[in-house]
Amino acid sequence: MIEANSNAIIRMFHVHKRYGAKFALHDLTLDIQKNEFLFVTGPSGAGKTTLLKLLYLGQTLTEGQILVDGVNLSRIDRKGIPLLRRKYGIIFQDYKLIPTKTVYENVALVLEAAGRKPRLIEKKVRSVLRTVGMEDRMKSLPLSLSGGEQQRVAVARAVVGDPKIILADEPTGSLDTESAGIILAFLDDFHSRGATVLLATHDQELIKKGGARVVQLREGRLWSNVPL
Amino acid sequence: MKRFYYRAIKDILENRFLTAVTVATIALSIMIAAAFALFFINAGDILNLWQKGIRMMVYLKPDTSEAGRLDTKFKLQSISSVQEARFISKNEAMEKLKGQMAHHAALLDNLKENPLPDAFEVSLKPSAQKSEELAFLAERLNTLPAVAEVEYGRQWIHRFTGIINLFRLAGYGIGTMFFMATVFIVANTIRLVLYSRRDEIEIMRLVGATDRFIKIPFYLQGMIQGGAGTMIGLVLLFGGYFSLTRQFDPGVSTDFITLRFFTPAVCAGSIFGGISVGWLGSWVSLKQFMKN
Repeated sequence: MIEANSNAIIRMFHVHKRYGAKFALHDLTLDIQKNEFLFVTGPSGAGKTTLLKLLYLGQTLTEGQILVDGVNLSRIDRKGIPLLRRKYGIIFQDYKLIPTKTVYENVALVLEAAGRKPRLIEKKVRSVLRTVGMEDRMKSLPLSLSGGEQQRVAVARAVVGDPKIILADEPTGSLDTESAGIILAFLDDFHSRGATVLLATHDQELIKKGGARVVQLREGRLWSNVPL
Repeated sequence: MKRFYYRAIKDILENRFLTAVTVATIALSIMIAAAFALFFINAGDILNLWQKGIRMMVYLKPDTSEAGRLDTKFKLQSISSVQEARFISKNEAMEKLKGQMAHHAALLDNLKENPLPDAFEVSLKPSAQKSEELAFLAERLNTLPAVAEVEYGRQWIHRFTGIINLFRLAGYGIGTMFFMATVFIVANTIRLVLYSRRDEIEIMRLVGATDRFIKIPFYLQGMIQGGAGTMIGLVLLFGGYFSLTRQFDPGVSTDFITLRFFTPAVCAGSIFGGISVGWLGSWVSLKQFMKN
């Protein structure tokens, strides 16, 4: 039986995820509150990425239940997946930008997929690119940008649809300290505007700077849950 | 919708070579299949024209009396499929033959007696002009007591109808083969584009794109390829048809055979068919690809 918790936007109950015989997540129960900034940390293979993938249905869970914004992920059919994913802005360590599309087109894709009108798309994309300092590069292709710039574009793409939840998987993993600081500042800014941010990282410096609740995973299990 | 067209055209331009090969193959397939169809139409026209003018010659036995001749005429006219039965006496037939052999008429003058029989020239109603009907009627007329022989170019009609039927069968076979080939070619082209774009499609899915949003540009691509291929195929066929009809003797062409190309409605229908085949090819590929 799932207990009511009106302030939790993500609720996980006894979540198990197994790849073959190996458990990636083991009996994980966790609530994430609306407008919370949460770090998920742990060594490589701890289950951080798996946790995020389960949330956006990049993987299906083996056992347990996950509720996102009141929706039980086990009951979502194929057609419901795009609607779930529009609740998220997802940032990947490898950026996942489309190399044949310009910066503008990459960011606009989210709004096009959601069926927004072209005029609104243009206004919104320009505004977000201005916020992340990439407006003057909007006609560039991703491969002509530095790693830090590509990640800023990825952040712009993640927030352009005004998602309720931002999932960031090692967003600063391949960046220098300065670029990592900039990305964290952006995420902090969007968090202050009301978004829930779930940031998976093993970068302890970043966690110290963030000053938020930290959930630590080890071998797929919840190791520690340290509130702010 | 505009953005879907934009994406489809962009894909086509980015895969120019692949698209060109696909369109060329579709054009070739359509051209061959349409050439068969065009042959049926024109061969059918010729056969119909020939059958419309067909006459059945009913030759009477040499010793047929006047009463027997009148009886035969009465029986011929009472047959529902007979339009008219005109008597041609042996003398009239000889005169006609002499007229047809203007330069060799003297040969006929040397004959001691007229070897030609009396006959009836029977014209038929349109419903009786099919090959099977003709055979049936000829058999029936042969049973009349005064009738010696019935002649109507049976062998020629049988042979011509047989050839047309053979071509029709071959045409259906080839049409089916090219239809499948076209679907297969479009499906493979779209599949190659899909595989070259699989990372992009995955990213689209991750940012909340529906399957419909992802699929529509690929459907459009297939439809554009199918439509363009069909148009080019028809234009090439028309070029071939045009140069062939120009070589025809105008006298022959106007008096007996009038070759014709597909009507605009048939051309439009073919293009629509090509577009549908393109859509089907895309559907086959997408169904398989989007499952993964």
